[in-house]
Amino acid sequence: MNISELPRVLTLTPVQEAFDDRPIAGAYTSDLLSDVMARASADYVLITIQAHRNTVAVASMLNLAAIIICNDRPIPDDMVEAAREERIALHVSGQTQFQVSGILYAALGSKG
Amino acid sequence: MESIPIDLNSGPKAVLELIYRLKVGDVMSRDLATAAPDASLRDIRSLMRDRGISGVPVVEGTRLIGLVTIENILEALDGGWIDQSAQEHMTRSVIVLEADMPLTFAITYLNRYGYRRFPVLDKNGALSGIVSAKDIIRALLVEMNHEVERLEEGLAKAEPAPENTSAHSKSFSFPTRHWDFETAGRASAALKSELKKRGVDPAVQRRASVTSYELELNQVIHSDGGVMEFEVGPDKTVITARDTGPGIANLESALTEGFSTANEWIRSLGFGAGLNLPNARKSSNEFSIESAIGKGTTVIAVILHTPKTEPGSPV
Repeated sequence: MNISELPRVLTLTPVQEAFDDRPIAGAYTSDLLSDVMARASADYVLITIQAHRNTVAVASMLNLAAIIICNDRPIPDDMVEAAREERIALHVSGQTQFQVSGILYAALGSKG
Repeated sequence: MESIPIDLNSGPKAVLELIYRLKVGDVMSRDLATAAPDASLRDIRSLMRDRGISGVPVVEGTRLIGLVTIENILEALDGGWIDQSAQEHMTRSVIVLEADMPLTFAITYLNRYGYRRFPVLDKNGALSGIVSAKDIIRALLVEMNHEVERLEEGLAKAEPAPENTSAHSKSFSFPTRHWDFETAGRASAALKSELKKRGVDPAVQRRASVTSYELELNQVIHSDGGVMEFEVGPDKTVITARDTGPGIANLESALTEGFSTANEWIRSLGFGAGLNLPNARKSSNEFSIESAIGKGTTVIAVILHTPKTEPGSPV
């Protein structure tokens, strides 16, 4: 499944869509960015509620595929700007981390 | 909306330096006008008029429970409930700052949320002040005056970041500042783009970036500020993270996952879980750390550019 297909399988609103489309390798769900740094792999989707610019910095260091912000958390402008600069897809969803993870787990065939 | 037109990413260095020196607690008004939950909105309106303010924190003892704003008063006058109590009509979800946060947080919050003032809590969660755009502008003007005086006296010395490029290796460095999360990651982003330019294996780029970012965050969260130095050679990258204090009391604990001395609001950003140094060690091929209380900490991490070994990191 490619990054561009995320809106097809999940209920979400794209916030930043300037990215290089490629296959998703897996996903990681955590609100602890230090934990994400230790465990998420390249081309993973990050599912979190940490809506701030440092999340984009973490995603960029790890070459993550996309960030999904759950629970309709408001996304500050500087986060969108950073995601655009780093070419990381950014989405917001009204669903919880559990729901998004569950749907993605099924769609990706339990990778990650 | 009152916003403060300062670019925290690329503003003049001298201005940024002085902003990062200041904490919210340094600029806030401590002379607080507060109201009890059962105070009438009419009394609070008088308080606002007498003191020339537009927001009054509502407190129970020292605990903040809400805020009555000028908008609440206007609604009350319109709706005819000006004689009712504060607790019935106050704004309950209030965004607060902490006194030990850097001033950049207050500037970012004012620009982001469009509120005119933020109550400030101390370490124990007690209300200790209130900060408005006016307070910030006043404090910045005072600091800028000092800074200009210093510049005129020729005391401020410019230190351009040294950059040496030879055919095969390149060295560069970035300063870090205590609690400056707004620009944290710059040094690591520069390293990543250098490695990318050289066509280094993506998995190696990633390990080097993670090591660097963890060390950078460690300086931002725990040190009084420091410098991140990089030497990128043909077959390895050497990262030296040097800070000027306060030093680590127990190195063994600092390298243990989950041990952290970070405070509450750093944790709320998703950092400070005691994983910075252990992650940096795991992601590098060689890792050494030296620390002395009162002097500072130096970490040297080496990342080999050979993609085969991924020491300790999950695949």
